[in-house]
Amino acid sequence: MNTTFKAMAAAIALGLPALALTTGPAFADEMAEGKWGEYQVGDKRSGYTYAGPETRAMQDDEFQNPAMLWLDTGMSEWENAAGDAGKACADCHGDAEESMAGVATKYPVYSEETGKMMNLEQRINFCRTENMQAEPYKWESDELLGMTAYVKNQSKGMPVDVSIDGPAKEFWEKGKEFYETRRGQLDLACTHCHVDNAGNLIRAETLSQGQGNGFPLYRLKWQKVGSLHRRFRGCNNNIRAEKLPYGSDEYTNLELYVTWRGNGLPIETPAVRK
Amino acid sequence: MASKPRVRAPKSASKGEVVEIKTLISHKMESGQRKDSDGNVIPRQIINHFEARFNGEPFFIAEIEPAVSANPYISFYHQPQESGEYEFVWNDDDGSTYSKKSKLTVEG
Amino acid sequence: MMSKAMSRRQVFFSIGGVAAAGVGMTLMPGLAKASPEEVQKAIKEMIGDTTPQEGKVSLDLPEIAENGNTVPVGVSVDSPMTQDSYVKAVHLMADGNPSPEVITFKFTPQSGRAEASTRMRLAQTQNVVAFAEMSDGSVYRAAQPVKVTIGGCGG
Repeated sequence: MNTTFKAMAAAIALGLPALALTTGPAFADEMAEGKWGEYQVGDKRSGYTYAGPETRAMQDDEFQNPAMLWLDTGMSEWENAAGDAGKACADCHGDAEESMAGVATKYPVYSEETGKMMNLEQRINFCRTENMQAEPYKWESDELLGMTAYVKNQSKGMPVDVSIDGPAKEFWEKGKEFYETRRGQLDLACTHCHVDNAGNLIRAETLSQGQGNGFPLYRLKWQKVGSLHRRFRGCNNNIRAEKLPYGSDEYTNLELYVTWRGNGLPIETPAVRK
Repeated sequence: MASKPRVRAPKSASKGEVVEIKTLISHKMESGQRKDSDGNVIPRQIINHFEARFNGEPFFIAEIEPAVSANPYISFYHQPQESGEYEFVWNDDDGSTYSKKSKLTVEG
Repeated sequence: MMSKAMSRRQVFFSIGGVAAAGVGMTLMPGLAKASPEEVQKAIKEMIGDTTPQEGKVSLDLPEIAENGNTVPVGVSVDSPMTQDSYVKAVHLMADGNPSPEVITFKFTPQSGRAEASTRMRLAQTQNVVAFAEMSDGSVYRAAQPVKVTIGGCGG
């Protein structure tokens, strides 16, 4: 039984509309023309290139982009002293525009302190608990999303440059394994949609390569900003698989793998997607 | 998220020039048409009114319904004849008011 | 007068055919779209008994909305903006929503230009209609269908 058929059978069994994978518009021509400029590097294409013109326009105009409201929150949190140490981010890191430029291109990174990978959200909260002696921000709170987006935005336009050398290697392998493992009642791996069928339609929607370079981003469906882990949970839910906790090791390793896949793509944070 | 407005209005313009103003405010715009997981209707809470004033005089108003998206974005125009101050005001169903001011210098 | 009213109703009924192209139930679940009577009532509240004329009003809308939660919409009216002659208001309506009213933009001669934009929710594929009230009491109308995409990946 081939993948598509299997998925369709599962979908029908669940009483869901069939997951019809059909060929989308002729993207090959667009690639040949280099139409997507900085949003395409080799055969890697940002989710921007799969978005509709109105969605792209919303991202392009910094004032129309509703995610900027979250950046404002991040910017004010940067100056906001919290915790027993009485310090704000700015007290150690100064002007984020200087100190944070390029930093997010490297994340997730291997942390000596924890002996595992740390994404940007986890690094921010590590700083809060260890250095500021403050409560960590809650996952998907406006403060954590805002701070993550604000820090990552200081690297906007810079190419993603995640390292999988040294101790990161084993976590990359775990992430790769997750990415390639079938799961859920639809029995699909990430690869089935985002590698084998990127550019094809799933019902009325074009499947993207599932690149993470725009996260945290404003999603029209969510009507707010969300993290890459929220998107992972949504994806897992779609294939009727178990949703894992925000910040779980599995998702952080998966984030490493997904981010590494997009090495070279520019950071777009905060992007806008459907 | 606490509602915070963002406004892009020009700092200067020439007399009689038509300028574009863009506004954005964080707000969930709960429509009153959704139900929670227990089947209870989630009460409506929206920004219901927006007003743009120049030197105290309203020149553009929006009466807003639940069909306007979360984090309302509104853009519009103004033709200033003199220097002055803009005031942008949003009214929430819960009685709160949010506002933002900015100055404009008109030359010539 | 009667025939005009009928022609308006026909327009709204014809929209039902477009709506069949896709129904997004995630936005406002369990709610039917407004009935033709409710739509007529909404129009009457907006523009009274004035019969709208076609022309002068332009709508800027996507042909296909990627997500019904956030559909950009712009409207402009071809009119002077002077004390003697200006656009007083533009009413936007989406007749396939549970409640048809979307937003009313009120202009003044100081607006300089009768043009504004926002972002709206569309519960399903439907027509978006704009009514422009002019300072002389006349009303102009424009309508445009928008297809609302059913997502493959809710996420």
